[in-house]
Amino acid sequence: MSKNRQWIVLSLLLLAMGGLIFAYKVFWLGFPPLPDLTSELWTIQVRLEIRPEAGPVRASLILPSRSSGYIVSKENFISRGFGLTVEEDLFRRQADWAIRHMSESKTLYYRATVMPDTRTRRFAKTPRQTQIPILEEPYASALADIVEEVREESADVESFTAAILSRLTGIAVDENTSLFLSDTETPLEKARLAKTLLAGAEIPSLLVHGVMLQADVQRAPVHTMLAVYDGDDWLLFDPGSGHQGIPDGFMIWWRDDEIMATVSGASLQDVQISIKRRLESALDQATRRVEIENSRIGKISVLQLPVQTQSVYELLLLVPFGILVVVILRNFIGFSSFGTFAPVLIALAFRETELLKGILLFILIVSLGLFFRFYLERLRLLLVPRLAAVVTIVVLLMTTISMISYQLGIETGLSVSLFPMVIISMVIERMSVVWEERGAATSIREGLGSLFMAALAYLVISIDILAYWVSVFPEVNLVVLGIIIALGRYTGFRLTELVRFSSLSDSRGG
Amino acid sequence: MLGRIMRMKRSGVLGLNRRNGEYIMKFNHRRFYPLVDDKVICKQRLQEQGLAVPRLISVARSMRQASQIDELLQDNNEFVIKPAHGSGGDGILVIKDRKADYFVDSDGHMVQHADLEHHITNVIGGLYSLGGQPDSAMIESLVHFDLAFSNLTYHGVPDIRVIVYRGYPVMAMTRLPTRQSHGKANLHQGAIGVGIDLGSGVTVGGVSGNNPVSVHPDTGSEIVGFQIPYWSQIVSMAARCYEAVELGYLGVDIVLDRDHGPLILELNARPGLNIQIANRRGLCECLDAVDKLDSLDASPEQRVEWSCRAFGVPESDLLTQVPW
Repeated sequence: MSKNRQWIVLSLLLLAMGGLIFAYKVFWLGFPPLPDLTSELWTIQVRLEIRPEAGPVRASLILPSRSSGYIVSKENFISRGFGLTVEEDLFRRQADWAIRHMSESKTLYYRATVMPDTRTRRFAKTPRQTQIPILEEPYASALADIVEEVREESADVESFTAAILSRLTGIAVDENTSLFLSDTETPLEKARLAKTLLAGAEIPSLLVHGVMLQADVQRAPVHTMLAVYDGDDWLLFDPGSGHQGIPDGFMIWWRDDEIMATVSGASLQDVQISIKRRLESALDQATRRVEIENSRIGKISVLQLPVQTQSVYELLLLVPFGILVVVILRNFIGFSSFGTFAPVLIALAFRETELLKGILLFILIVSLGLFFRFYLERLRLLLVPRLAAVVTIVVLLMTTISMISYQLGIETGLSVSLFPMVIISMVIERMSVVWEERGAATSIREGLGSLFMAALAYLVISIDILAYWVSVFPEVNLVVLGIIIALGRYTGFRLTELVRFSSLSDSRGG
Repeated sequence: MLGRIMRMKRSGVLGLNRRNGEYIMKFNHRRFYPLVDDKVICKQRLQEQGLAVPRLISVARSMRQASQIDELLQDNNEFVIKPAHGSGGDGILVIKDRKADYFVDSDGHMVQHADLEHHITNVIGGLYSLGGQPDSAMIESLVHFDLAFSNLTYHGVPDIRVIVYRGYPVMAMTRLPTRQSHGKANLHQGAIGVGIDLGSGVTVGGVSGNNPVSVHPDTGSEIVGFQIPYWSQIVSMAARCYEAVELGYLGVDIVLDRDHGPLILELNARPGLNIQIANRRGLCECLDAVDKLDSLDASPEQRVEWSCRAFGVPESDLLTQVPW
């Protein structure tokens, strides 16, 4: 019994393996399941203008980190004459430039290409216990009142924060809140205030600064968001509107009271962030992501091979699909052909010639070949030399057809060279044997049968998405293998047998 | 369509996929294949078991031998040249007579020495063998078919096919060559298949292609209700082939020789399924009946007796049966 079930396990295993790798590549690595999807890339440039004052100059710039919601795929620093070091940890990256003497104003550039991260990562580490801020009166009691009131009308950290923010942005402001609001004007100050109020309730929070990647901007404004720790994860709030969640296109850059760019020994004249959108095929982007992440499974793709061999493998990887067609036609429909898999090889040749022209060329070569084969029969050559003669004749025929069609300006004729000549010679040989033994009708019928199978196999392997899939997701062939193994255990009737044994189906036999 | 599949299943029709997957792969072990695929070995094997076969004249294995026709033929004027690994009757050349400097084939055409030589080299080169493997040409004596069949055949030699499952004969038919089949006993080429009642050896009705026939198209003779001579001997020979080659699903082809009685022509490890059409009966229930037997180590005689009882049509039914 176990032996009988083995094929099911194996088949399911192959299907699952193929499916999982496929899913991993699509959902985790972002490989597009359909061709020609484009996705966004952003080029971010930071420009620092510094004017010298005295002594050595140090400039530091906080860079987008790995927890920014975006992946930095490429970055470069333009800073002639400066020494550069980059410090990095999971939540923070910083570039430091240094120069001993600077006589004139300089401009430092940082340029990065970023793309959306398919994974959501925590954007800050777990905070320590928050201390209730020590304030002077009347602020201290106002804070206590606000916290108490808001606690009454909220259930958890999320609703508490929402309630605090609605007080800060609301129109109807109570006394306690307006006491605090009188000192704040900018959204940044409001966010800081929210942080203080939250600290009054011992809720850890954090300011998060970043830019919105939504459109091309020459001088991008810095957006500040309020991150609140709910004991488990960080929640992000827009202090202006009170909305919770990471807004679309928000790239987290630096945190809390850090300053994005600092300079010592010189004066920072200007900091400019500009943003530019770039469209790139989703495939290129996924490929690049694989390189950055160094994913082993992601590298299982024909695209990782040298370009000149890619097309060969694309073709090879399509063969199983053609074979699957042959299996179905033979074991389910009941077709027979010359040579088990000869139709697949002919189908591959059709890829270069297009179907109709391919069929015509095939018929032309086979019929001319048969004609010569019958002549050779009269010479009574031994088998192997005769086969060799047929192959040679087929080669000569193909060359002649190419030359004639080229002279006539028909380019298809040239692709005839891709026909598998040995296979065609074998087809000719088999056809001529059947012709002699079983008659011309049988021979031609079987020949056309092979051609029909080739045409069907061609139609399947020429489905665009298959060609795309096998090159990007070679693992789909595991699925094909699983299907073939499962089909191998089909012991039911073939379609043609329904006709063949129809006389037996009418009456109760025996 | 689903209804037809269900009806065919109920009738116990055996399909190719099931034959291959559940019978041939299970009961025909690869290592025994050469015993039937090579007709020369098969012949030896059958002879060792005391089964009658057409006499082997000689075997040509090399191109050099092909040119020494006289040595190969010895003094025989009638003979058949067969590829040892041939299938479906391809590459068989039947010579009926030998004149001073040429031969006469079964259709009465003249065959030159050189033609004969060429045919043998083709056979040796593997033109007719599976996969084009180099082969050898077997020359055996011509079977003179029993005159009982003379009204039932057009040229050629009618043969009898018995399916033997795990040693038990389960179904039989005779194949009658027609003008359409060029004297070959091959159903694909137009020969008529006629079902035979296993118990009595009486023909029960024929098919040409997929159509029922009751009269031979060329001779006009009735083909139903014909008693095959030597029937019990034929069935018993078929059953004993199981001991010779140990294939569980076997087709045994037998011819009736005028002088020597039944001879085993060849064995087939992948016998076709048309026998079901000729008998108007699916194979599955016969195979299932054998599978249900408690012990399968009965002697050939016991097996034949059981089969005739289990699969034969009771005599009264045979008489009242309406020919279709």
